[in-house]
Amino acid sequence: MHRRTTAATLLVGLAALTAGCGGSSGGTPAASGTSNTGLTGTITVLAASSLTESFTALGKTLEAQHPGTKVQFSFAASSELATQITGGAPADVFASASPATMQQVSDDGDAAGTPKVFVRNTLEIAVPSGNPAGVTGLRDFANKKLTIALCAPQVPCGAAATTVFRLAGITPHPDTLESDVKATLAKVTLGEVDAALVYKTDVKAAGGKVQGLDFPESAKAVNDYPIVVLKNAPNPKAGAAFVALVESPQGQKVLSDAGFQLP
Amino acid sequence: MSRRRRQHAAPAGSGLPGALIPLAVVGVLFLVLPVLGLLVRTPWRTLGDELSSTESLTALRLSLECASLATIVCMLLGVPLAWLLARGRFWGRGLLRALVIVPLVLPPVVGGVALFTAFGRRGIVGSHLYDAFGIALPFTTPAVVVAEAFVAMPFLVIAVEGALRGADARLDEAAATLGASRWYTFRRVTLPLVAPGLAAGAVLCWARALGEFGATITFAGNFPGTTRTMPVEVYLALQQDPTAAIALSLLLLLVSVAVLAGLRERWLTIPS
Repeated sequence: MHRRTTAATLLVGLAALTAGCGGSSGGTPAASGTSNTGLTGTITVLAASSLTESFTALGKTLEAQHPGTKVQFSFAASSELATQITGGAPADVFASASPATMQQVSDDGDAAGTPKVFVRNTLEIAVPSGNPAGVTGLRDFANKKLTIALCAPQVPCGAAATTVFRLAGITPHPDTLESDVKATLAKVTLGEVDAALVYKTDVKAAGGKVQGLDFPESAKAVNDYPIVVLKNAPNPKAGAAFVALVESPQGQKVLSDAGFQLP
Repeated sequence: MSRRRRQHAAPAGSGLPGALIPLAVVGVLFLVLPVLGLLVRTPWRTLGDELSSTESLTALRLSLECASLATIVCMLLGVPLAWLLARGRFWGRGLLRALVIVPLVLPPVVGGVALFTAFGRRGIVGSHLYDAFGIALPFTTPAVVVAEAFVAMPFLVIAVEGALRGADARLDEAAATLGASRWYTFRRVTLPLVAPGLAAGAVLCWARALGEFGATITFAGNFPGTTRTMPVEVYLALQQDPTAAIALSLLLLLVSVAVLAGLRERWLTIPS
């Protein structure tokens, strides 16, 4: 009996090892096989979650323009990505949803050159399609009876939300503070919350699954998105090419079609 | 090798094969170094301030409460389930065991999404609860307990089932022939026989629940005081203040080691 128990315990322990890892997988190391002629190899781009759709499209464009390149993305909360970069994650480009998060990276000496603002984004109220709770404006966020999701104040969309509520003089009663804007949006898509504050671009990207409600105070909390090539970039040349594409008229069109404002 | 064996006159084939030792040492380093790293990087001077903040104490209390409640839920439901798997004679038992163990291999975030589909406001069961009583489980403290129990229960079930299979079923029969009722036999004969397995399973279950992150942050969300447990607190702190995250990690590590060591003294003497 004893031996059996030990064996079972061991088995469970082993399983714990494999199943116990919860968090997100970090940035993938980029291939360093860069030739001196033209662009080639992997470009690793760490970008704010709100850029998921537009950057994925721009990555495909770059790969088509420069055969032999491969753009790899890691989309997460800008603050989480900044922690990964200052922790030494090998990446070529960082695009953040707020200057404050970019500042962390510059202060650590990880940015090559000065970050440039390439788009702006504003917040919008997102409700499940059909708006079952009848949300009409920012004031409903103070209603304790509604289930509300906001971004955590640590991440840029949460910081913007804090500003909006302060300016509007409203004390919100959130039920959950999500770790990035896509997680916040997902709670609306699933219909598990009555309302959430996300970026305009996220409402647009979600298609018909959520409904967006504009509110006047949003104009007072505009998030600037800076982008920069990183100092320890394994593939800096190709990284610069991606930044150039983002800033080009072609890139800016993709971004404004996604709902971003141009600086 | 052969010379040494002759010197010690040990039977052929006994003792450790030398090739295993370096690998075992690497194994030890692999497991111990990250914990050492935590200790080295701990901000010892400001540690008191970091840990006595209301947020971290609230998160710690919530973590301990939820993990303990989840363990109780797991024992209440898991022991009968383990008994069914070990002693039951019915078709499809193998399949049932496989199903029960799924949460063990499921990535926890996927588990959280799965919980939404079952117990969310629009879930299979949750939608009825919401429509009939206005009860919504997600983003509440009970949701934390549910998420933790979901992920941790297989650990308990496997441990108890293994113990039950190892226990001599004839003792149960003997009790029955002496006139004990089924329930009396279960309480006074079966349960005491598997007590070490149950204790080991409960501790593993508790430890897994305490460290639960993925299913919790997905299904229960994150709000201080209601759903923000220590692992979530550590994850958030890491984005703004890595030093605080290390301090919090150390606290969680100390608490879990202390509890495990305390229990080990009492129950968890590993059978040799």
